[in-house]
Order: sequence, then structure tokens, then C-alpha cells
Amino acid sequence: MPAYAYQPFGFTRPPELDGGRTQAPVAIVGAGPVGLTLAIDLATRGVASVVLDDNDVVSVGSRAICWAKRTLEIFDRLGVGERMLAKGVTWQIGRLFHGESEVFAFDLLPEQGHKYPAFINLQQYYVEQYLIERARDFPDLIDLRFRNAVTAHQDLGDRVRLGVSTPQGDYALEARWLVACDGANSPTRRRMGLAWAGQTFEEQFLIADVEMDESPFGDPDIPERWFWFDPPFHAGKSALLHRQPDNIYRIDLQLDAGCDGRAEATAERVAPRIRAMVGDRPFRLDWMSVYRFRCVKLDRFVHGRVIFCGDSAHVVSPFGARGGNGGVQDADNLGWKLAAALAGDAPETLVETYHDERSHGAAENIAHSTRATNFMTPKTPIEALFRAEALRLAHDQPFARRLINSGRLSAPCSLEGSALQTPGAAPVAPGRAVVDAALDDGAWLMPLAQGGFTLIGFGAVALPETPGVRRVGVGRSAPGYRCFGDASGLARARYGEGLAYLFRPDGHVAAVFAEPTQAAVTAAVRRALGHAPMREAA
Amino acid sequence: MQTAPDRLTDPDGFYEALMRAHEGIDEAASHALNARLVLLMANEIGDAERLSALLAIGRGHAA
Repeated sequence: MPAYAYQPFGFTRPPELDGGRTQAPVAIVGAGPVGLTLAIDLATRGVASVVLDDNDVVSVGSRAICWAKRTLEIFDRLGVGERMLAKGVTWQIGRLFHGESEVFAFDLLPEQGHKYPAFINLQQYYVEQYLIERARDFPDLIDLRFRNAVTAHQDLGDRVRLGVSTPQGDYALEARWLVACDGANSPTRRRMGLAWAGQTFEEQFLIADVEMDESPFGDPDIPERWFWFDPPFHAGKSALLHRQPDNIYRIDLQLDAGCDGRAEATAERVAPRIRAMVGDRPFRLDWMSVYRFRCVKLDRFVHGRVIFCGDSAHVVSPFGARGGNGGVQDADNLGWKLAAALAGDAPETLVETYHDERSHGAAENIAHSTRATNFMTPKTPIEALFRAEALRLAHDQPFARRLINSGRLSAPCSLEGSALQTPGAAPVAPGRAVVDAALDDGAWLMPLAQGGFTLIGFGAVALPETPGVRRVGVGRSAPGYRCFGDASGLARARYGEGLAYLFRPDGHVAAVFAEPTQAAVTAAVRRALGHAPMREAA
Repeated sequence: MQTAPDRLTDPDGFYEALMRAHEGIDEAASHALNARLVLLMANEIGDAERLSALLAIGRGHAA
């Protein structure tokens, strides 16, 4: 059990047991990082939700630890990004070893001018704790119900009825939408009998969290991601080392394909493996687990009024930090669409585009993690031969370093080509997520581009007033809207002088204009909301 | 000695396709496939000096 001090949230008797009834239009199953992100996102848009979880503590074990820049930017929008950053361990360098020697290092954020780093490492229990504490800032909009297990649900066409079981009795609850954020073993998905097939890999990996006062990264103690192929301390296999807050280090060790996972996840078996790696440094085992790589995805993420989000919709192998980060991006994509559909600003078909856009994101994550897994676990002598020679070449042939795949780390998903975006060419193409830039007086571009539809002009471009659209000027002052200085020219260098970008509420570019007009911006907003194009007046 | 700068436009995609090309054939067939690929790629490179340089680099890495 981790040293983290678990505080059970306890059980609060839900009003339904005494004849009451919630008015919340969204029921979220699962109070993990994805469900909580969605609840807070909806609350920031004034949409109430009930969050139902069968448990009443945060994640047991550190589980997801690597949170990517894009996730931190989403958390920033929800008001918890800075807290995560302050507690997390910031890193951006990955270092790769083969046998005894270092082969190369890669920098995941080689440029300046971003509010958030490439990655932080932060145990999932802290992420959940901070999200729950943030959710409690919205007592009228987020109804957190722990030890409320959803045991049944029925899609009634215009709403969903849930059966909920609690320590003090069972009750029924109705909501307009049910969002299943209930994890890889999703009871909601199982209840619906949805096909859940994909690739499972034979290899097993041991994860161990180890508390140590003396850093295994040595001197200088700079937190990085260290990955070994065939290290001296774990011959013939791969290994990974990460630093987490509270002097806890995450160690991943590849195990033999056919080994007994349960026997391996014991202190007697794990301690010698750790000792082989860290030498004489004293350590304490904080948590351990054995898992198998798996890449699976639902065919459809939206089934009528039931929506799957996060691990319930897709699972990927680790080593790319694409599980937790992918799930948070799911919630980011879904929140504003649900809010717009519930408010009547968008047709309900907008919710279907969540499937289109995030299924694409999940497929991308699965493709990357499948390739990484295949590289890490050669299946035939010829695959092993290619890998060995690629590693050998990588020592002094830079081109070969790009073939070495120890996990391609989560990068923001691009929604280029999705129907909601107005096609166009630009330095940041429609579909891509906001690219941050430092502005004058300590301001950042990224927070300005998220939350609601926002038109941002870079340099000499006038922004038309458009209903429902915020306007922001960068690098030029203009009357009628907020403007920010760009003395360094960084924002204009990243976005192009004289262009206006329309950002969706999730910070993805919806359209780019050289000469924005109210009509063109309105049409792009309507398109992003999933409306049919307006007919030209005859 | 270094080869040309990075020119692979999609390294992961190429590697995956290469492994796939070797799928389902025995080791002897894989070696034959590799030999054919070397000859095909040599023809793509064409230049004799470049090819000798690559042979030297490859040999330098031989065990």
C-alpha cells in the first residue's frame, strides 16, 4: 500500500433514497481522472452532473504518472493545472541506454515560451485528489456520490435510467446522457455486451514504485525518462525509470513472456530486481503491479445516449503515456459538445462527432503504442536482429535513433480533416490544438484560446464582432476587444502575421482567416457546432 | 563517419512495414529478402561513391 494518506470520502445518503430527485442532465459513471475532468468541464459551462463511483478513495497505487503538456493545459482551463505543476516532477528529456552505454537523448520540448512543460510526473492519486477538491468548488453543479454503484441502465431514447446500489439501499436515477468513465473493465460496456477485441501481447511488465532518499539518477539529479534495452541489471529485457514526487521512483521491468505475474508481484521477488538496479541505496517498496500490454478500442464511442470516455472506450499499452492523457483529451472533446447540445446551441448530432474525433485519436494512440510494443518485444530472430543492428547504428548514426522506439510520448491529437473544422492552410492548421506562446507582461496565449469560441488576431488583422465569439488581439492594439503585446514576436512567429484564428471551446483551431468577416466567422462557428451549412440567400 | 542526414519521412511507419515484410517467412527467406532489399536500395542510391561509403560504415559496425 502506498505511503500516500488515503482519506475515504465516505458515503452521503443520496436524496433519491428519501423520495428526492436530481435534476442533473449528465450522469457520469466513475470518479477517476476522466470522469472528474468531464464533471469540472461541464460545471465551468454551467452544466450539472452526478458522478457515481462504487469506491470512496482515490486511485490505489500511482498508476498513471506521466501527464502531458496538453493535459496540463486542459487542467489549466479547469483551474487545477498550476497545482498539478507545482506538485509534479517536471521533465522533458528522455535518455536511452543499450547495455552499459547511453545511445542518445531526446528533448520533448526543445523550445521556450510555453506555460507548461512537456511532461510532469504525478501519481494518479494526487491527480484525482486535486480534481475532487476542485470539483467541490461547484457544490451546485457537481454531485459526487461515492459508494454508489451503477448496476443497471436503460436507454429510453430521450434519456437514460440508471439503477444505483448503495450501502443504504438501491434507487433509480434519470439523466439526459450517461457517460461511462468506468475504466478498462467498464461495467457499463459489459452490461451492453459490446465487442471488446484487440491485440493482447504476451510479455508482462512489472511496475514498482520505490521510495528512496538517494536518487538513482545519480549526480546531477535531474529528473528524466531513462529507458534501457538489455541493461546489465536486467539482461535481455527492457527497463524504465521515472521520478515521481515524494522521492518515489517508478521502475518498469519487462518480465518473461510466460511467467507467473502474481508470483512476480511480491516483495521477495521484486526486491532483488530493484537492488540489481539501484545498488546499495536503501529503498522501500511503495506499490507494485504486474500487467500485460493490450491495445483495444470500441467500434463506437457513442451508443444512443450512452457515451464511452477514457479507458472504457480504448486501452493502449503504456510507454507512451497515452492512456490517461488520451482519456483527459476525450473529456475535453466531449464537454463543450454536451453543453452545447443541452443548451440547444447545437444539434444532438454534435455529440456523434465526439466519436469521430476521439476514435481517430484513440486509433492514433493505439498505432503508436502497438509499434512501440512490437519494437520492445521482437517476435522472431529476424526482428531481434533488426532491432539489435538499429541500436548498434544509433550510437553514431543519428538517422537510426529515430528508428529506436521506447514509446512515442503522448502529443496533442490533431483533428485535421474532421468535419467540424473549416478547411484551410495555416502555420497551425485547422484541427490542431492551441500552441502556447508567451505574451507581454507574463500573459500566455493558451488560456486565451480555450473555454469558449474565441477569435484571436495575430498582428495586422481586424476582428469583426460576432455573436457568441470572444475576440482577442495579439501584437496590435485595436478598439473594442482585449489586446496583448507580443514584443518578442513569438506568437506571431508561431501563428503567422496577419492571420485570425477561430478556436473551439476545447482550444482546437476551427478555422483560419486572412480577412475575417462576421459572416465567415459565423459560418465557421455554425460548422464547428455541427449545424448544416446555411444556404446562400438567393 | 556519418551517413546522410535524417531522410526517413516516417521512421516508425517504415520500420513497421519492414517487419511486416518479414512476417510469416522463415529465416532463410528473410535473409534472401534482405539481400534483395539491399540491391534494390543500392539501385535507388545509384552513386558508386556513396555506396562504397555505406559499405564501409556497415562493415565498421560488423561484430
